[in-house]
Amino acid sequence: MSPHELLIGPFQEFAFMRRALVASLALAVGGAPLGVLLTLRRMSLIGDAMSHAVLPGVAVGFMWFGLSLPALSLGGFTAGVAVVLLAGLVARHTELREDASLTATYLLALAAGVLLISRSGSQLDLLHILFGNVLGVDGPGLLLVAGIATVTLLLGALLYRGLLLEVFDPDFLAAGGGRRGLYQQVFLLLVVLNLVGAFQTLGTLMAVGIMMLPAVSARLWHDTLPAQLANSALQAALAGFGGLLLSFHADLPSGPTIILCAGGLYLLSLCVAPQGWLPRLLRRPHLRG
Amino acid sequence: MSDALLSLHNVTLAYRRHPAVHHLSGALARGSLTALVGPNGAGKSTLLKAILGQLPVQEGRIELKLPRARIAYLPQQSALERQFPISVLDAVLLGSWVRRGLFGGIPLAERERALAALAAVGLSGFAARTVATLSVGQFQRVLFARLMLQDADLILLDEPFNAVDARTTADLLALVRRWHGEGRTVLAVLHDHQQVRTHFPQTLLLARRAIAWGDTATVLTGDHLHAAQHMVEAWDDHAQPCAPGVPA
Repeated sequence: MSPHELLIGPFQEFAFMRRALVASLALAVGGAPLGVLLTLRRMSLIGDAMSHAVLPGVAVGFMWFGLSLPALSLGGFTAGVAVVLLAGLVARHTELREDASLTATYLLALAAGVLLISRSGSQLDLLHILFGNVLGVDGPGLLLVAGIATVTLLLGALLYRGLLLEVFDPDFLAAGGGRRGLYQQVFLLLVVLNLVGAFQTLGTLMAVGIMMLPAVSARLWHDTLPAQLANSALQAALAGFGGLLLSFHADLPSGPTIILCAGGLYLLSLCVAPQGWLPRLLRRPHLRG
Repeated sequence: MSDALLSLHNVTLAYRRHPAVHHLSGALARGSLTALVGPNGAGKSTLLKAILGQLPVQEGRIELKLPRARIAYLPQQSALERQFPISVLDAVLLGSWVRRGLFGGIPLAERERALAALAAVGLSGFAARTVATLSVGQFQRVLFARLMLQDADLILLDEPFNAVDARTTADLLALVRRWHGEGRTVLAVLHDHQQVRTHFPQTLLLARRAIAWGDTATVLTGDHLHAAQHMVEAWDDHAQPCAPGVPA
């Protein structure tokens, strides 16, 4: 098999592979940098929590409209937004911190979601909702994912300075008149948006993987944030590309394969990245000053 | 006082209704250099945060004769994320966000100012390093450079020389003196009485209430310090509502 057949052939031949590739790249470019910002906020596990939080909205969308992408997405987004706003409200006006209030709220949302789904559909539907199918992305689905990636990048660029200051030096931000907590809220909304966007492609649960794995590995490669952001997007895109090819040639389900490819890059980074394991083993002579 | 930049009128700040700062009145004159001294838990940081508008004033009012954007604030280092992946130059440039806004671009001239500020705090050549690689003293120098970029009229410093060695303290004190010379108003939380006597003309000795406020020589006396030391540390769970005229 020539390299061309191996690497490009599948995309040339099949429209569904091309659409899957574009969707994966869009998710990579939008989601992975968000993941870096999440780890920076020590909220690495919040992505996972939010992926569960969208469930009741998806369930209501499913009960009313069946398996319709706009209904499911809108429902999921509404539920995610409700959870973020409610948790933010609780954090601002009570003694509870953001992570505690988010945990409480998403658990309630998850329980409500499971309850709703168990009353309406079969187990199969639940699996489809949680895991998606990147090979089944259609035109509107592609537009949705691309639109979300665009919004994420533009809004992320606008909010960048505030997002940074809120983590680096929150008192300084507040002293200058910045609204504390505001950036976090908008940022979490972007996280929800990306998770919802990923639902038809990777599924909401798998989407957390493409958001967090490259983000965690990127921190091992670079010292500064802009480099980490770019690195994470690149790794996520590579994982999407490689995962799709691997799943095509080896006849594997695409979603988990993409995530496992990101996992492979993570292992590689753990070993050879500058902040990883191998460079620590190489005892190089120290410098003069 | 006619030239007061900041006036406190019977200000009470509270935590769960228990006063952290109790019936405090007084003023900071424009261009004054004041030390804020008192034992731990005296309400020093609380007062700074209230001036910044970050804490609600339970009673009384704080009168500012300048917009909040003209106030610069140096937080305690423990409140910062020291491992944040940001370069020293970018950390200094954050000082201009109040003027440039969160979305405005940073012109090249601003970068020059940041590099000049880094040179002024003795950190030339550090611009490209990340803040995670700095020592506590170097990090404090970076925060001072950021303050310089803010070009503020009122500068609030919360324990600026905490865990900082003698040489860094001397360098940074010289900067504070320079700001004073430029006519800026400075209020600094400090613990070293000798340092206060030498460098700070005005002192507010705080122990929840003001023990004394005025010229440093008249404030930092044995009696006053003794009174501050014996500030009531206890938290009275059954405290009655504070009535006017009743001593706290």
